[in-house]
Amino acid sequence: MNAPAHPQPSAVRGALAVTGTELRALHERLAARADAAGLLDVAYRTVDTPVGPLLLAATPAGLVRVAFASEDHDTVLATLAAQLSPRILNAPQRLDDVARELDEYFSGARHRFDLPLDFQLATGFRRAVLRQLPSIGYGQTASYAAVAAAAGRPRAVRAAGTACATNPLPVVVPCHRVIRADGSPGRYRGGLAAKQLLLNLEAA
Amino acid sequence: MTGKPPFEAVVAQHGPMVLRVCRAVLGRADADDAWSETFLAALRAYPELPADANVEAWLVTIAHRKAIDVTRAAARRAVPVPDLPEDTPRAHPGGPDLDLRAALAALPRKQREAVAYHYLAGLPYREVAAITGGSADAARKAASDGIARLRLSYPDGEF
Repeated sequence: MNAPAHPQPSAVRGALAVTGTELRALHERLAARADAAGLLDVAYRTVDTPVGPLLLAATPAGLVRVAFASEDHDTVLATLAAQLSPRILNAPQRLDDVARELDEYFSGARHRFDLPLDFQLATGFRRAVLRQLPSIGYGQTASYAAVAAAAGRPRAVRAAGTACATNPLPVVVPCHRVIRADGSPGRYRGGLAAKQLLLNLEAA
Repeated sequence: MTGKPPFEAVVAQHGPMVLRVCRAVLGRADADDAWSETFLAALRAYPELPADANVEAWLVTIAHRKAIDVTRAAARRAVPVPDLPEDTPRAHPGGPDLDLRAALAALPRKQREAVAYHYLAGLPYREVAAITGGSADAARKAASDGIARLRLSYPDGEF
């Protein structure tokens, strides 16, 4: 390289090259320190499951979002930055419990999630619907009408359907157990195949 | 919606640059601390950062302050240690990269900062001057003097 008037910094940059391993170690330490300092408003990680990679995001209050790959995880994170806080880091350790319980669920060993949940992404009647869903037991199903009634508004069947279809915590809050009166699965955030897979898993 | 990206994206995009800058200014031993302090402070202030801010300049400004803090803390430590114990210049003990790091460490601080902020962070001299103090011309001279000295002490390199 011959550029004496404006020397290229490539040699300096090369001499100061940083490796992925070094950056990962620094990132891990940053996430731990941010958490300890109360600055980690949203921690996230992804886990591989039979319904594809799931994005898990948690606030200090609990699990706040579970997202399917079809929702595009980058888009979901950008939305969380706008809706909750941009202080978001990939911090797997804060979601260890969630990942472990999901593992147990998909292996058939767990029939009920025991996790702190943050419902702030659902409001009003939708939140009331979601809070009712865990009362539908593992392997059972309920109709949208029954869910609407349980949430206190028996005539709001369509709104109950919307609440299920926009559930920010799918799989963990079992909206997949709500099906149409004719027995067909109905809408699902992760797609029909994912809903059917979960119903089959629980029926086994 | 502010449209501000998740902080994770800031770390992923600019983390390597900030680490190179910290290493150029402080040497390897203290660079990790400065990097961590920089991103922790940046995370704290991130929600208030204007959406149209120059993120590189913002991060380098924080890193500059944190590097000064780390240097002061090191100076307060009981046992004086060389700036870069593993980078002591010898006859190519660890290859040309090690020699270049030693040559960087031997530069006056202002020159090291100007080289790092302009050549590694890509900031224009006006921004470099805003961070280090002084004029844009002084920053340009410090960077070019620094590069000239690196070339002197590292004649067989790419300079």
